[in-house]
Amino acid sequence: MPLTTSLAAHEISCQRGGRLLFAGLNFTLAPGESLLVTGPNGVGKTSLLRMIAGLLPLHAGRIESGERSVPLPELCHYVGHLNGIKSALTLRENVDFWVDFLGGDGADLEGAYQTFGLAELKQLPAGLLSAGQKRKLALLRLFAAQRPIWLLDEPSVSLDTPSVKVLDKAIAHHLAQGGISVAASHTPLKVRFTRELSLKRDPLQ
Amino acid sequence: MKEAWALFRRDVVLAWREGGTIGTALGFYLVVVAITPLGLGPDLNLLSRIAPGVLWVALLLASLLSADRIFHNDYEDGALDVLVTGRLPLELVAALKSLAHWVTTGIPLALLAPLLGLLLNLPTDAFPLLVVAMLTGTPALSFVAAVGASLTLGLRRSGVLLALLVLPLYVPVLIFGVATVSAASVGPASPWPPFLILCALSLASLVLAPIAAAAALRTASR
Repeated sequence: MPLTTSLAAHEISCQRGGRLLFAGLNFTLAPGESLLVTGPNGVGKTSLLRMIAGLLPLHAGRIESGERSVPLPELCHYVGHLNGIKSALTLRENVDFWVDFLGGDGADLEGAYQTFGLAELKQLPAGLLSAGQKRKLALLRLFAAQRPIWLLDEPSVSLDTPSVKVLDKAIAHHLAQGGISVAASHTPLKVRFTRELSLKRDPLQ
Repeated sequence: MKEAWALFRRDVVLAWREGGTIGTALGFYLVVVAITPLGLGPDLNLLSRIAPGVLWVALLLASLLSADRIFHNDYEDGALDVLVTGRLPLELVAALKSLAHWVTTGIPLALLAPLLGLLLNLPTDAFPLLVVAMLTGTPALSFVAAVGASLTLGLRRSGVLLALLVLPLYVPVLIFGVATVSAASVGPASPWPPFLILCALSLASLVLAPIAAAAALRTASR
């Protein structure tokens, strides 16, 4: 698994429920660059992230990474609105599943447990965690396997201030290592994003 | 390989821990078979003649009860997004989840069947073949159910629609499953021809159903 790659979108457009959300979108991200997607609700921020992760088909255009040998979804970590954690499994079982399933080595995990303050809770069923703790658990997926592209959809929702700082640091570290990060967020993250993409609602629609 | 084992183990553990899945299927099977003699009266000859059919029909319905769980929970909590961005092809993900459903539903039901056969006066000579036929036929049920489960993802009250979609597809398994057990209990035909067709049905669904389920999963996230 390559640790750095580039990401480029060419003339992509998105249609949801017969409505064109955006069209002719272009961006290129070199290793270490980051993109902040902004815009009002329902303008297609989540759809854009899901398209990059291969969870949503493109209506037109193409998205490609610099790494041709690995399919794009396998280069991406997607942390969306839903946390994707299993309430009946313990925190540790959730994370161990991601390590095995996503093909990681879990080398950065111990540190991540510590910095997110989840180290003491490893044996607790994930269903008992608070909303913020569940969010942090979902973010641990970023450390379960090393992947160059992080797609973060409102990553700081329900996080407390110290945890947002931890997240900021983690993203900055990821970028410093040559990773790419694409985030959609209303609350400003401290990370300085190298690019900003402002999606606007088409006045004609 | 590690990925596949992790997913399979997770699904089995979840089925066990979340409760309901295994217990509900077994309880439903027991109740349906137990009330049948109450409805038909105590005619032992009649009961032993219809026992294979009753056991199979009840098994189909019991295995359907938990069918919508194959993908539904993962869809609801977002875990399906993780599975899609994993390194396994989606077809293999669908196959592993179907396999986990078979292990947690099909096998327990098949093993309970002889006990219920006693309630229906099924001749004891037929018990070994009953279990073998059910172990052979139930993989087809789980794999076909996975197709229905992936097609009905995201719908409210999907359980009823799932049953309508999947039950007609269960008919071949029902026919040859009953034929196998009847041949063993009543005779005089050999149980082998229907049993081999049952094997073929399971093998075919093992190969074809995951492809259909994966295709449906891809459209489900739209």
